[in-house]
Amino acid sequence: MLRYLLRRMVAMPLLLLGIASVVFLLSQVTKGDPLSALIPERMMSNEQVVATVKAQWGLDRSLPERYLIYMGRLVQGDLGTSFSTRRPVSTDIAGRLPATLELVIAAMIFGCTSGIGLGIIAARFKNTFADSAARIFALIGSSLPVFWSGLILLFIFSVKLGWVSGPGRLDARTEPPPGITGLFTVDSLLAGNMPLFLEALGHLILPAFVLGWSVTGIVTRLIRSSLLEALNMDYIRTARAKGAPESVVILHHALRNALIPSLTILGFTFAYLITGAVLTETIFSWPGIGSYAVSAARSLDYPAIVGVTLVGAMAFLLANLVTDVTYAFANPRVKLEG
Amino acid sequence: MQHDMHLAPPPLLEIAGLRASFRGPNGYAEAVRGVDLTLQPGKVLGIVGESGSGKSVTMMALLQLLPGGSKVTGSAKFRGRELVGMAADEMRHIRGKQIGVIFQDPLSAFNPVLTIGDQIAEAIRLHDRTVSKREGLERAEHLLDSVAIPQPKRRVSQYPYEFSGGMRQRAMIAMAIANSPDLLIADEPTTALDVTVQAQILDLLQRLREELGIGLVLITHDLGVVAGSADEIAVMYGGRIVERGAVEDVFYRTRHPYTRGLLRAMPRVEDDGEDLTPIEGTPPSIWARPGGCAFHPRCVNAQQICAEVDPELRPALATASACHFAASLPPLAAPSELVGAPL
Repeated sequence: MLRYLLRRMVAMPLLLLGIASVVFLLSQVTKGDPLSALIPERMMSNEQVVATVKAQWGLDRSLPERYLIYMGRLVQGDLGTSFSTRRPVSTDIAGRLPATLELVIAAMIFGCTSGIGLGIIAARFKNTFADSAARIFALIGSSLPVFWSGLILLFIFSVKLGWVSGPGRLDARTEPPPGITGLFTVDSLLAGNMPLFLEALGHLILPAFVLGWSVTGIVTRLIRSSLLEALNMDYIRTARAKGAPESVVILHHALRNALIPSLTILGFTFAYLITGAVLTETIFSWPGIGSYAVSAARSLDYPAIVGVTLVGAMAFLLANLVTDVTYAFANPRVKLEG
Repeated sequence: MQHDMHLAPPPLLEIAGLRASFRGPNGYAEAVRGVDLTLQPGKVLGIVGESGSGKSVTMMALLQLLPGGSKVTGSAKFRGRELVGMAADEMRHIRGKQIGVIFQDPLSAFNPVLTIGDQIAEAIRLHDRTVSKREGLERAEHLLDSVAIPQPKRRVSQYPYEFSGGMRQRAMIAMAIANSPDLLIADEPTTALDVTVQAQILDLLQRLREELGIGLVLITHDLGVVAGSADEIAVMYGGRIVERGAVEDVFYRTRHPYTRGLLRAMPRVEDDGEDLTPIEGTPPSIWARPGGCAFHPRCVNAQQICAEVDPELRPALATASACHFAASLPPLAAPSELVGAPL
């Protein structure tokens, strides 16, 4: 197990370098001019300005040169400077990643608990009203586009009913809590500031629900089908023959086996949401990594593009690693070998 | 009170007119069609038949362990208590506590993600909440020891896949006797095992029966398995009992063509295997059972009446036989040679 982890830890930076190269080169060959993000429209005809800016940002050099410079800085942990924000990409990401993490973690918690719960209900009461109701709720979650459900829910619960706060992570004039984790709900609790915690939670709850609902859809269907499969196994009959009540049969014997195949999907869903929460972030003005990625792509801000891609890739690699390790714990037949 | 002492002990298990049917696309089909059986405490009853004969279904029906959508009627009394139609919560206290079950394939019958110790301890703790998890594991260790599993201390914390087939079946037996049940149902307990291991498992079951006084129902397709260990045998075919009697009577004085067929198909030590005669054809599906006697399409003695009337189980010679010609079956070529192994 330890050897396996070490090997993966060594492989990870190499993989990231490879990914960085591919993304860097791809963003270079696309037609489009990053200069438009650097120079105002009316200065574009001024050749002197263009030349200065090009030299300043290193855009006058050849592609191999730029590649080597970029990679040379990257291995030192320098992601370069964003064309559009003019700040180091690492600073931008560090400021935005916690927002996304808070949203995605909350969404995953909601999505997994509701999905597992509904999946159990659907499997236990297969082909009854409860099963249909759970499956329809799940289906709606995975098929409604976020930009629609987000807007509707925002309109109903924030504008009309005023039950939850509007867009953003906090009210407009509120100071964020001292940054320890960057997750406002956690930080406000750590600071012992209850009103601030409730405010942050009020802002978080709706986007987390909207994003988590799609996870509910995936998890419900996954748990339902793998539970139904598990409930047909011989060891379930053994458990019943031992005198186990139905709750023990389902929660202790069947669910433990049914969760194993779901782990992989959950790991990937988490990683996917890190960069895939962009629509939710846009609707709820959530200053996360997704909206940063979109503006970077729009202006061909390739240091930012590569930076965000690396974050996404890192999320996938880490999620994969965590999945493998949990898998080994959940399934005694799996041994992680170096 | 005095006259009570003259009464025979109440049977451990008394099954009467038990029927079980499964739901299919075109309505219900009967897998068990009126079975009558009695087992006295501490005795061994062998139920013999091919796959699909209804032998397992009979036993699973009385424990309410059939898949959803199946229907069970008739009567099955365990120590005088009716099991058919018993409420799930009441049944739960009988399963695993008073009736233990051993299944055919011990690999799939154990939960793969829980240790053997956890699963045995669970069987104990489900029926006695005062037992702590640690006590449960200690008792699991003793149980593994009592079924002759070496190094029980190490074995309790292992997973099913780390056990060999024979060891798993021993562990299964340990789990089934964890709460000292009065009745043990063993559903093909040796089918998935090597011949040498089979003998060991049968010895173990026999030993436990003698030591603990457990009544045993031994379900098998192999007459050889019941020959040495059963007191009584019931031969099932097509969801019914076709012959029933004491073990030596069924072996030496059978009055049913199907039992004869099974005996002829049974290999014996002194045979070179050339005289083995299989029963032609295949057992009927519950969805398309022939009319009359279910065995008649495969029966060498079948007459016109066999296709029309399903014979009742009636006393014939020493056994009870469900054959129209039970009394007049031609004698076997050499009855003494039919069963070689001494009983």
